[in-house]
Amino acid sequence: MKATLIALLTVFFCAVAGTVYADAPPKLPEKFIAEDFPGDKGEKIRIMWAKSSDDGAGENDVKTYYLFRSTAKDGNYEIVEEFTPLTEDVKVYEDKNLPGNINYYYQLKIVDAQNNISFSEKIGPVAANPEWFNVNRNMILIGMLLYIAIVLVCILLAKRGKDFFVRKIAGLDAVDEAIGRATEMGKPILYVTGLGGLGDIATLASINILGRLAKKIAEYETPLIVPAYDYFVMMVQKEVVKEAYMEAGRPDSYKDDSVFFLSDSQFAYAAAVDGIMVREKPAANFYLGTFFAESLILAETGASTGAIQIAGTDALAQIPFFITACDYTLIGEELYAASAYLSREPLVMGTLKSQDWGKLILMILIIIGIALVSFGIPFDEFFRVIE
Amino acid sequence: MHLSLDPWIWIAAILMIFIYSFLYKDNPFYKFAEHLVVGVSVGYGIALFYQQQFLPIVYTPLTTDFKNNWHLIVPLVLSTFFLFRFIPKVSWMIRWPIAITLGYGAGIAIPLIIQTSLYEQIRFTMLPLFGTDAGMWLTVVNLLIILGVISCLTYFYFSIKHTGVIGTVSKIGIVFLMVGFGTSFGNTVMARVSLLIGRTSFLMTDWLGLPIIK
Repeated sequence: MKATLIALLTVFFCAVAGTVYADAPPKLPEKFIAEDFPGDKGEKIRIMWAKSSDDGAGENDVKTYYLFRSTAKDGNYEIVEEFTPLTEDVKVYEDKNLPGNINYYYQLKIVDAQNNISFSEKIGPVAANPEWFNVNRNMILIGMLLYIAIVLVCILLAKRGKDFFVRKIAGLDAVDEAIGRATEMGKPILYVTGLGGLGDIATLASINILGRLAKKIAEYETPLIVPAYDYFVMMVQKEVVKEAYMEAGRPDSYKDDSVFFLSDSQFAYAAAVDGIMVREKPAANFYLGTFFAESLILAETGASTGAIQIAGTDALAQIPFFITACDYTLIGEELYAASAYLSREPLVMGTLKSQDWGKLILMILIIIGIALVSFGIPFDEFFRVIE
Repeated sequence: MHLSLDPWIWIAAILMIFIYSFLYKDNPFYKFAEHLVVGVSVGYGIALFYQQQFLPIVYTPLTTDFKNNWHLIVPLVLSTFFLFRFIPKVSWMIRWPIAITLGYGAGIAIPLIIQTSLYEQIRFTMLPLFGTDAGMWLTVVNLLIILGVISCLTYFYFSIKHTGVIGTVSKIGIVFLMVGFGTSFGNTVMARVSLLIGRTSFLMTDWLGLPIIK
């Protein structure tokens, strides 16, 4: 009898304890932090909290986390986001698209399966301030500084008279031939820089080449036609060509309307350049720069007019079309090397040499990386840039 | 056959045929269509620029909230320098906005290229040659990728003669490049054929009203 009574009491107290245990509100996270997101332009706040000890352990009945935000500590809090039980030990949430320099307060509400609620303390103030320096992009800065150092050393060496070797690039050897042919035939030279703007490296390289070419063209007094797709590119082209004519000692031969704006619509531009090709019948066509779907339209029309054609682009999808329809094609980086190849000026040659040094360093890094990764050392992660 | 009665369909179809007539040779119809499309695109471009760029980015902020947007005057003034090309005495000033635009363009492009083309390329080439669970096949695939990258980089190495070992590696690089270009060529041709089918379908069905052949 006594034993039965003890057993019943034990069961009763256990049940009561269990009920009390089950009815307890969910435990709050030990850490709840809000901070300005580092290295952004001032639109994000990072909120972190360790998961409740009742989430995945303890009572294991946490149903939802609610994150609230307010601009005043005791003001109205609005819900930012809700979260199901966490799979990670520490939840990291980025509150995005916030206006900068406004103080915010955050609070966490945790609800369990029995709808018991716990509120965290209100944390803040914290503001999404813009930063001058993005620490996440340190690797890019290191890469750029290293490359700038190599460029400067190479330029210095070139200026001191070091003779840099450049391997033969067939497409560029044909430039003189193309200019000569146009001069002999008394026909113009067409130079197309493509559809790129001033932000495209290929367009900038092409403008550079245009300067070298225009100087030679000016010496032979061959007519030059440069139809532009972008108004700003046209302005730069005009300046470059004008300067080239002045350097060649033929400022009077420069015609301002040899560089002109056509259209900033892709196929209108292609149609108009095609028209120029069949009517003016240039003896040499240069397509150097950024190209898209119009590449084959231009190159095919040029081929049908019998012009010698030299193309070059870094647009991988367009290179095959140029290879099939043009006499010579500069593939990718050959376009960047063209300016140095044509001018042989120390400054540009030094830049070309530095590119090669850059490539050599890359190859060495890749080989080292392959060896380390094969042995399980994640060296590749060193080059991951986190946004 | 039910010819379309929509005048816009007729205009589109006729202009399309005018443009296609260039496949035979240059002719007045093509010239008309060419000049029309250039003129319309330029006019449309100016209107679009005014509505989507000048008004919301410059005019409206300056006229409605000058205090917080006064800094917009700087690029506005600089942009007017482009017009100085019409005044020979001060036409040299056009170089200022050009220099800023070029610097800005290069400044935006270079870090982006380092991140997307350089570092990502390095990362995805650092592949394990052994110790993977996928076994021999993955090793062969990884080896092929590594060989492709190294040989292509060697091809674009300009300051050394491409003879001997370097010449051989460089030639392997050309093979990789050509295989890549061939694939790209095939893909793009298929896309172009698809565009042609779309245009032919427009002429046949929307304009001429011929039944669709399935």
